[in-house]
Amino acid sequence: MSDTPVPPPRRRRWMLYAPLGLAGAAGAGFWVMLRGLQSGDYNPRGVPSVLIGRAPPAFSLPALEASGLPALSSTDLSGPFPGPVLVNFWASWCVPCIVEHPQLMRLKRDGIPVFGINYKDKLADAAAFLTRHGNPFTRLGCDEPGRVAIDWGVYGVPETYLIDRQGIIRWRYAGPLVPEVVDNDLRPLLRRYA
Amino acid sequence: MIPELGHFALALACIIAIVQSVLPVVGAARRDARWMATAAPLALGLLVAVGTAFGSLLWAYAVNDTTVANVVANSHSAKPLIYKLSGTWGNHEGSMVLWVLILALCGAAVALFGRDLPTALKARVIGVLGWIAVGFLLFIIFTSNPFDRVWPPPADGRGLNPVLQDPGLAFHPPTLYFGYVGYAVTFAFAIAALLEGRVDAAWGRWVRPWALGAWCFLTVGITMGSWWAYYELGWGGYWFWDPVENASLLPWLAGTALLHSSIVVEKRDTLKVWSVLLAILAFAMSLLGTFLVRSGVLNSVHAFANDPARGVFILALLMIYVAGAFALFAWRAPKLTPTGIFAPISREGALVLNNLLLCSIAAVVLAGTLWPMFADILTGAKISVGPPFFNSATAPLAIPLVIAMPIGAMMPWKRGDVWAALQRLWWAACAALIVGFLALAVAGYPVWPALGMAMAAWLVFGAMVDVAERIGLFRRPAQAFRRALALPRAAWGAAIAHGALGISIAGIAGMGVATDTLVQLNPGQSTQLAGYEWRMEGLSDVQGANYRARRATVTVLRDGAVVTVLHPERRTFIVDNQTTGEAAIHTNALRDLYAVLGEERAGAAVLRLHHNPFAPWIWFGGLAMAFGGMLSLSDRRLRVAAPAPKGATVPA
Repeated sequence: MSDTPVPPPRRRRWMLYAPLGLAGAAGAGFWVMLRGLQSGDYNPRGVPSVLIGRAPPAFSLPALEASGLPALSSTDLSGPFPGPVLVNFWASWCVPCIVEHPQLMRLKRDGIPVFGINYKDKLADAAAFLTRHGNPFTRLGCDEPGRVAIDWGVYGVPETYLIDRQGIIRWRYAGPLVPEVVDNDLRPLLRRYA
Repeated sequence: MIPELGHFALALACIIAIVQSVLPVVGAARRDARWMATAAPLALGLLVAVGTAFGSLLWAYAVNDTTVANVVANSHSAKPLIYKLSGTWGNHEGSMVLWVLILALCGAAVALFGRDLPTALKARVIGVLGWIAVGFLLFIIFTSNPFDRVWPPPADGRGLNPVLQDPGLAFHPPTLYFGYVGYAVTFAFAIAALLEGRVDAAWGRWVRPWALGAWCFLTVGITMGSWWAYYELGWGGYWFWDPVENASLLPWLAGTALLHSSIVVEKRDTLKVWSVLLAILAFAMSLLGTFLVRSGVLNSVHAFANDPARGVFILALLMIYVAGAFALFAWRAPKLTPTGIFAPISREGALVLNNLLLCSIAAVVLAGTLWPMFADILTGAKISVGPPFFNSATAPLAIPLVIAMPIGAMMPWKRGDVWAALQRLWWAACAALIVGFLALAVAGYPVWPALGMAMAAWLVFGAMVDVAERIGLFRRPAQAFRRALALPRAAWGAAIAHGALGISIAGIAGMGVATDTLVQLNPGQSTQLAGYEWRMEGLSDVQGANYRARRATVTVLRDGAVVTVLHPERRTFIVDNQTTGEAAIHTNALRDLYAVLGEERAGAAVLRLHHNPFAPWIWFGGLAMAFGGMLSLSDRRLRVAAPAPKGATVPA
């Protein structure tokens, strides 16, 4: 204990720079995140997919006879396309799929091809769903055993993938395409990969 | 016409702020009294200009002016007037204008109430507030102009998020902003002190009311936010460690530490470098919260819709203010030498312990909030840090903090005696042990909630002992009442705030033994939960002002007697077809009965029922804490003039 002022020892002076260093590092990190947000490398909402930047895994699925739609296989997704396309995993038993359905219908009206993969569903139920709510799909494959969904690494239904003109997967969204997701995330991506 | 006036006022405010950020500071550096004297009129001018801009925006919302893009995006003619007005700050652009308005208000308050502030310090503080105002005004004008027009005007607006149509939420953001912006003032004081190279007791005395005022608002804001999440979101919880919630907790923790350390600066003339650092940190945390919420870098239910250009701008502001302040700190802090003596076992020692623990908690919360984002960019791993981490990491720090609180409050300045303090607190300790034991053995609480109850009792009884000791309740009971009246309000405020934290902890502990169940009930069926019988009477349709609702009627009975009838609803808002749940809550101050209506399946209602013991205490404690702070703020010592600068009277 002493009454005289004690200047901080020289060797502890560096500690005064610690806050600046931490703030600088955090700032650099935030900068990388913001750049990533623009380029699509960083997405706080998305669940990551190992398929991003790759072509879809090979598969061939039977058609849903009652829908009158052609069947879907990986060759249909290899491109080149005139614009980006979507692949949507869905099921008639999935309530969020009903929530996202109007958005899919709107995307279809806007001319975006949506390829459907019906996941672990009864064929009659799937057909009834499309009759009741409308059919947004260009092609539709039935993945009744759910094997293809495993290859894609599907997290749950609904789940949507964006495939660019060259047939490379660019984006994955696990969850219903609510209007905010379409407006804030999907539409900018559709424009970017157009 | 009015929106153009608002736009013009914003531009004018920006020019005033630029002048405000240059003239007074240069004047202070050159010791030019006339230049320094421009500080107060400029601060008032800024308030008038920003006030005009905000008033114009309010007007556009009040009359539902659909030529203004911001109104179209966020309002609708079918909304009640109060929510039209609150819609002004319910969106990104409007809330930024409110933020700057509060900043201008604070600057004007420094100008008006700071008559006794040393001229140079006052000029520098107002100048620094000007720097902050310039940045945010430029941000508004260039990236978030609320007065943009649309032509031709749409027939009507596109509504407001129905979740936000709620009285609690209408006044939640302004309260929080008063807290955040209050720390801009303590930040300005810290920067001014660094520029001056001097921190003295007068500085501590000036910083304290601002730190206290900002803390009160932030406490109320966080309490309201937590209450809103509890009854509006219908999740039955009160705190989710959501990144945005954490973003409001971080400045609170840093601000609470600042509040206590500024007392040491004032009374003991030491802990100066640390207090300046805390003042910078508190504001840095406020800005960090602004950045996280508005830039889109994190995923949260509370985040504003955003675009990356804004994020870059806010990051630039964050870096200029925070990194700039830290650079100035590293350069100038060695000049701030302590003059007071310092003993570890003393009131100031206890306050240092408080600071260390609070800052450790803040560091843990900050790390847990930012780690998932940084892990993503560093390693590409997607991880989420949730309540288990935060609970287990903060509890070991919160427990010693709570144990030390009453002991520290009993400690005298300069040299204390832990044993003497403990002797006076022995019956509070006994009471805490008894409460803990009763909770554990009689009520059958698990260990953690029982420990929480003991902690709560320790704080409440500790605060009572503190007051009883100060007024000599047991030593001279005859004079106790007179002494109670004479006790400074700051002492009352501190005791109330400390006890109130105990009340909140009791509520949190009670929520630790809350029970809930998810049931599907047909009309007439009932279920048992927590000793109550919950009977679903039926479902009906209800028409609200701007929504339709399905309403369930649930009668809650205990031993055959009706306790209450609950009406949980699912509301569908007509304009944007969004559906929200409206929880029904019945409270008797000791427990909440809480019901949420889910989906309907073939005539049966899916209900989530909660029994939440002591839940209301959480928010009552929060409000009581803020009340304690307000009481302390009204203390005569804070209202009268600050003492002369230490330099004039410093002993040899």
